[in-house]
Amino acid sequence: MSEQMTLIGAVVVLAAGTYALRACGPVLRERVRLPRRAEEAMTLAAVLLLAALVGTAALTEAGGFAGWARPAGVLVGGVLAWRKVPFAVVVLAAAATAALLRLAGVP
Amino acid sequence: MSLSFIIVPMRSLYRTRRLVQGDLARDIALVLLAGGIVGVSFGAIAVGAGLPMWLPMLLSLLVFAGAAQFLFVGIIAAGGNLVAAVLAGLLVNARHVPFGFAVGDVLGSGWRRWMGTHVMIDEAVAFALAQRDADRRGAAYWVCGVGLFVCWNVGVVLGAVAGTALSDTATLGLDAAFPAVLLALVLPSLRDKATSAAALMGVVIALVATPVLPAGLPVLLALLALPIALVLRGARGRADAGEVRESACAAEPGEEASCPSR
Repeated sequence: MSEQMTLIGAVVVLAAGTYALRACGPVLRERVRLPRRAEEAMTLAAVLLLAALVGTAALTEAGGFAGWARPAGVLVGGVLAWRKVPFAVVVLAAAATAALLRLAGVP
Repeated sequence: MSLSFIIVPMRSLYRTRRLVQGDLARDIALVLLAGGIVGVSFGAIAVGAGLPMWLPMLLSLLVFAGAAQFLFVGIIAAGGNLVAAVLAGLLVNARHVPFGFAVGDVLGSGWRRWMGTHVMIDEAVAFALAQRDADRRGAAYWVCGVGLFVCWNVGVVLGAVAGTALSDTATLGLDAAFPAVLLALVLPSLRDKATSAAALMGVVIALVATPVLPAGLPVLLALLALPIALVLRGARGRADAGEVRESACAAEPGEEASCPSR
């Protein structure tokens, strides 16, 4: 029983901490009127983070290489997106590429 | 007074519906569907690892951050330390600080802001940043954020209850779909040369750091490329950045004071 309470406590601490991290930006932004350059820098920072998420999520799994199927799928999606193919096609093609490669035995 | 409680949200819901239709609605719906399926797998994996059924549900409701939840459950299922699991989850979620600065303006104020803060998730941020005008930015953020919250939680409950029916989303290629979603959404920003050069540098930094640093930190290190991007952009003409800004201003009359006067 007390073990269960500790587990709930851990979830609540993680939840509160996550909420605090999410609230930093919206709360601080309200206090200070940001110059245009700072706003641009923040949008740019978000783009850099999202790009890094794409890179690490596409290529790595638990600190190691994720195998070929996943990055191949993401690459196909990226090429299609670059050629301005509709978003839905991009996402489905990425998933289908990875799934088919795995079906063919590629890790 | 009591009526305004109903009318104001109804009106903003109607406005949001008007702003998110056609292609954008279909794109977001696809991401919600994929998110729901990953939610099913998260519930099934957690229960399959011998953890209590309420744990994945409570995590999804209160934490609502996929990567951190998978990591937390993984560490606990492996018999790891609770403090380590919490710290790992927080480290992975640290990217929400810069995200909050980037999309903080779309959250509004009062109860909306407190709710919008909770649904701040990678896909909602990416959908918001991919929109050109301010109204659509906000609408895309809200529909994607709240929609994913609902789909993710429903999925997790189904997965936790149904067990191991669909625990391996890799066979569906969903592990490739999510990076592709984010990639498709940031690609318009990457057509700017300075941004793409910095993004590439950030990706390389993150990849090099991944085997040696704990999860979450490598992605944050990509911000080291930010000064480079700013210098490159400052050195060039700022014409295209100004153009984007102007279209945002046109949609938001209250912000006119901060717009470039051209």
